[in-house]
Amino acid sequence: MTLSAWLVLGAGLFCIGVYGILTRRNAIGLLASVEVMANAVNLLLVAFGRYHGTGDGQVFALFTTALTVTEAAVGLALVILLYRSRKGILVDSAAELRG
Amino acid sequence: MEQLAFGLVAAVLLYSALRVVSEDNLVHTVLWLGVTLATTAAAYVLLHAPFLAAIQIILYTGGALTLMLFGVMLTQRVESVEVPNAAAGQGRAAIVVALLFGVIAAAVVKTPGLPSSPPVDVPVRALGRSFLTTHLLAFEVLSVLLLTAMVGAIVLARKADPAPAPTPKPAPKAHDAHGEAHP
Repeated sequence: MTLSAWLVLGAGLFCIGVYGILTRRNAIGLLASVEVMANAVNLLLVAFGRYHGTGDGQVFALFTTALTVTEAAVGLALVILLYRSRKGILVDSAAELRG
Repeated sequence: MEQLAFGLVAAVLLYSALRVVSEDNLVHTVLWLGVTLATTAAAYVLLHAPFLAAIQIILYTGGALTLMLFGVMLTQRVESVEVPNAAAGQGRAAIVVALLFGVIAAAVVKTPGLPSSPPVDVPVRALGRSFLTTHLLAFEVLSVLLLTAMVGAIVLARKADPAPAPTPKPAPKAHDAHGEAHP
């Protein structure tokens, strides 16, 4: 496979994640879209690393994997906090700072 | 053969990701996310990164997915498996995303000199060695980050202890001065 094929696949996945971020109104749906985007970036890092011929891309992807999982944990803690204060997890319900 | 495997993985990845962002049921969203993450592990195998594929299955599909399902169950009044997942503004979002994808894909296609065949594989041994030599500082910082995230998640998600909880339950009795909750 050529590198461009992997790059286009990663870009497609990332754009699907962006679409999810723009349309979802549910906090957990947003988190799932963020996971899709982070996953696309990981895939791109591994693909670049493979065609570059060093292990650095894989090391980078491992770090970002750990980062994304911790982000999911903290994000879910925030979702639970949102649920406790609003009795729901629609992100539109938290709009105090809206101008 | 490799082309076929790539095509299959790409198709499953894109389809499941589309279902993640378009599914109406929140539980189904999280389950389709599981398909996306597991298929990414297959893509890592195609990219000759078996260690990362294992990590992907353990951390994402095993850990993060379970966590998200717990999140769904904890924050919805679940009477059935039908949990609504609201969405808005699909038309405008689709235009923006199509433009974004067009820009990225055009940049990829127009870039000269992208390699078409990969050089040698990187063995897992070299990966582990670089973790503990070249990338040692990042490795240690990551452990601090994990600790911070753990403490932060606990602090954020626990119930506030001295003040009465904002739940409709009856408040603790007034003579309970030292703030311990009675069973």
